[in-house]
Amino acid sequence: MTEAAGPERVRSAEQIELSVREAGAGVAPRNDAGRWAAKVDRLDVVQRDGVRGTNVAGRRLTGPVQGFGKMWQKTYRLAVGTAVTPEQAITTWKAHFPEFWPKGNRFAGALTGISPGDVALLDLAIGGGVKLSTGVFVLYADEESFTLMTPQGHMFAGWITFSAEGGPDGTVVQAQVLMRANDPLYELGMMFGGHRKEDVFWAETLTALGRYLGAPDLAVSTRTVCVDSSRQWRNASNVWHNSMVRSMLQTMAAPVTALRRRRG
Amino acid sequence: MDGPTVTMGVRHIGGQVAVVDIKGEVTAACEPVLMSAYEEAGGQGTSRLVLNFAGLEYMNSGGIGMLVTLLVRANRQRQHLAAYGLSDHYREIFELTRLDEAITIYDDEASALVGATT
Repeated sequence: MTEAAGPERVRSAEQIELSVREAGAGVAPRNDAGRWAAKVDRLDVVQRDGVRGTNVAGRRLTGPVQGFGKMWQKTYRLAVGTAVTPEQAITTWKAHFPEFWPKGNRFAGALTGISPGDVALLDLAIGGGVKLSTGVFVLYADEESFTLMTPQGHMFAGWITFSAEGGPDGTVVQAQVLMRANDPLYELGMMFGGHRKEDVFWAETLTALGRYLGAPDLAVSTRTVCVDSSRQWRNASNVWHNSMVRSMLQTMAAPVTALRRRRG
Repeated sequence: MDGPTVTMGVRHIGGQVAVVDIKGEVTAACEPVLMSAYEEAGGQGTSRLVLNFAGLEYMNSGGIGMLVTLLVRANRQRQHLAAYGLSDHYREIFELTRLDEAITIYDDEASALVGATT
């Protein structure tokens, strides 16, 4: 099921001073210390086997504020039933995150799973035998969610939050992307098939997770909202860092680079 | 699932500035509260919105995402967004997520109001 909507309208609420759950009603205050990554200016990279590992070291993180294209919020959801709790679903997702990715794509993270401050290296299949080499940064992680943020050069500037919540029919797992294409080239790519490709990517990921968790039905729902239909032309120069262009150049130069290494 | 534990009071300072006092937990679940406060604060003539985070007790990544959405709405109305009252911890999160490049951060209300009216 797919829903699409235009620029979101301001929601109405019954009152300003709204407190659904009363403060101090015997609930211990939550603490987010240790769940957020420590501040970094530029990314440090530990090389990992199985991925090229380029286009990440020294890059800055990019949120939707730094991106170029229209801003989208895309939400992918799958009900996984009553056999697993939200905490169990997230523990599993963190521990086996790369295994749920569609074939042909590589996520090389820390062996310990997903922890705030980790940098994972990615090789993404973009067709024609070319792999787009980029990475992600673990921005936030708790028992019921974790969030990855993208570096300069990634297809999009923003973050992806993976979460699980309980409901009357059991646990629902969700991936939610808040993003802008990072530069004009990526924006064109997103317009001409990129969005569809991304929808397929996350639907397949959730399907694989659901299968692992024993979900009774593997139907993934997708909801796409254009949060901001304007483009941020001041960020058009992000194209300098474009990891797709750099990955293509790196692929073409690979034989020469290998030859030089052998000789030198 | 528990609902949000947050209250957001709105104060209008002069004709153009509104302060939103945020108390409690900022997560994606409190979006209706924030957007309702925004509607109250961002009415006709308001050109500057100041978010007071002195009462912020907890924020997750969903909360940051919601602030980005608020920023988009404010920009659409050509309103400037500022913040004050952030602890060192939350100031670092604003810097980490680079939200500080779009939401001007001040140390206290007096400087935020001076900054907002200059």
